[in-house]
Amino acid sequence: MTLLSIRNLSVEFHTEEGIVRAVDEVSFDIPRGKTVCLVGESGCGKSVSAYSLLGLVSPPGRVVGGEALLKGEIEQDLLKLSEQELRSIRGNRISMIFQEPMTSLNPVFTIGDQIIEAILSHQAMSKGKARAKAISMLEQVRIPAPEQRVDEYPHQLSGGMRQRALIAMALATEPELLIADEPTTALDVTIQAQILELLKELQADTGLSVLFITHDLGVVAEIADEVVVMYASRVVEKAPARELFANPLHPYTRGLFNSLPSLGGSADGRLKTIEGSVPDPLAFPTGCKFWPRCELAVDGCRETEPELRTLAADHPVACDVIEGGADD
Amino acid sequence: MTEKGNEKSTGFWRTAWKRYRKSRMGMLALAFLGLLAAIAFFAPMIANDEPIVCRMEYTNADGATTNELYFPGVQETLRQFPWVGPALFSAPPPFSRMDFKFKKHFKPGRDWAIMPPVPFSPLETSEDRIQGYSGRHWLGTDELGRDVMARLIYGTQVSMRVGFISMGIAALIGLCLGAIAGYFGGWVDMIISRVIEIFMCFPVFFLILAVLAWFPPRIENIMIIIGLTRWVGIARLTRGEVLRLRELEYTAAARALGAGPFRIVFRHLLPNALAPAMVSITFGIAGAILVESGLSWLGFGVQAPNPSWGNILRDGYGLMATTPHMIPPACAAIFLAVLCFNLVGDTLRDVIDPRTRGRGT
Repeated sequence: MTLLSIRNLSVEFHTEEGIVRAVDEVSFDIPRGKTVCLVGESGCGKSVSAYSLLGLVSPPGRVVGGEALLKGEIEQDLLKLSEQELRSIRGNRISMIFQEPMTSLNPVFTIGDQIIEAILSHQAMSKGKARAKAISMLEQVRIPAPEQRVDEYPHQLSGGMRQRALIAMALATEPELLIADEPTTALDVTIQAQILELLKELQADTGLSVLFITHDLGVVAEIADEVVVMYASRVVEKAPARELFANPLHPYTRGLFNSLPSLGGSADGRLKTIEGSVPDPLAFPTGCKFWPRCELAVDGCRETEPELRTLAADHPVACDVIEGGADD
Repeated sequence: MTEKGNEKSTGFWRTAWKRYRKSRMGMLALAFLGLLAAIAFFAPMIANDEPIVCRMEYTNADGATTNELYFPGVQETLRQFPWVGPALFSAPPPFSRMDFKFKKHFKPGRDWAIMPPVPFSPLETSEDRIQGYSGRHWLGTDELGRDVMARLIYGTQVSMRVGFISMGIAALIGLCLGAIAGYFGGWVDMIISRVIEIFMCFPVFFLILAVLAWFPPRIENIMIIIGLTRWVGIARLTRGEVLRLRELEYTAAARALGAGPFRIVFRHLLPNALAPAMVSITFGIAGAILVESGLSWLGFGVQAPNPSWGNILRDGYGLMATTPHMIPPACAAIFLAVLCFNLVGDTLRDVIDPRTRGRGT
């Protein structure tokens, strides 16, 4: 069952150098209780897509088209809501956690104050009850001694602790969807694994949907149910995680997998890379945006931009050259 | 903090205070300012021609005799509070108002009284005109025979009030406008920034002189004018700080949690932007005291016979050629108060600036 259905989302930034289309006709669904991973390089538009869902894209950026249908008793298009209506959804039905746990908490308030504020801004509750709820949330995200931690300031907590506190804050209002914008990037791998484990457990407990933005395929393997691969502001491939890992179709996705070190690989072998670099968003190549870096590129690639087409079951890919996973 | 779980967590201002305490100069200045504040507060109990406490026998017009304790000094001190004061007029003894002249009815053998250390009121004239320093008049007397020490003590009240109230007004305007300009940006910022620039063009002192040509030169008016012109520095600092803070992720986090713009500005950003503004406010207090002294010296400030440091200096200036004894105390008071506010501001800046942290002051 779908919770949020995003259709043809487009976001543009009107800069002095010209118009940058940061998100171009992006469509995907977020099922209830599942984790969707949005994967791509820096600057491919994955974060902007997520921000635009909550109306957090600030000028010069603006959403120029598409819809994001949040299913519920009444279906709402997030992109057409007023600021007032959005505010009642932010932090309430949809919460967000960020990349930098160091700066995402306000340094002058205690952890407890911030969680309590998040609760009270959406729910009518006494301050004492909100505090009890805050403590129980901290306990839920496995922060030891929550009764003491609740009165501590952000600088007294480690990075992993802060990210846990942020998760507690985001989930205190029992949202249906959590948008996680690279929440583990700034953390050590061991802490990262703990946080991912925590998210999975919380999801199992509460039936939360997660939109997880990352560039780390290791994280994707760990947590994803569905994967959406973005390249240069477009979706190039969508598939269930298992399917994608078993059978990556798009040359870009394959390139990403090839550039991962593997335990079985020979020690002296060099890692493969994708040649070239991400194109300048002000001067995207014509046709398929990936052709200058693509090993399979043919002349046709330069002329027409490939649309998503379904090659394998439930596995659309935006490439006109490759054939349905024949060589895998 | 883990070994002592019940210890209070250290917030920004708490750690700042910890560092502040290490600065000897800063603490000294702060202590002196505390002393000045106390003097201003308890002025009626320090310099007064009525006793702090007395017991007097008094026969009123109806022939009824009472013998009770009175606290005229304490009463006068408390009457300075705007709300508590009036209530005390109807209070039962011993706080009831004395309805007779203390000096007229006091009989040394029969009654007793504890007088303040300076047993003169600042407005009380006497025959001892233009006297030098003595045991009776510590800092001498002026042309009308008023005790200079008593006038200096009451002048402290004026200076402290001007400093704090005018900068309070300035801080209120500066913080709000600065934060709004910084957060909303765009045309809001454009307008507020231009207003700031316009205000910066005015030489404050002459603006005040000009305004006082129309409005009566009352201390309240001076405070309001200083407040209305001194907010620009605070606004600029706050704007810059908010501009920086609004790009931080906790602002985005607050928005993502559904906080409205005013909640973000005034609850999340302003407390974080307060530190640099605090420094500016402290320096501003020193500036306001100087402005008031200058105005009073020119005769535009506190009007005679009410004392202020500036007009004590003015009175003394007329006598300077023959008897310069009134000049040094008034100068010293202005100098020390301004110096101490500046020292506190300096220390505060060192303490809250991350680049000078740990270097000690």
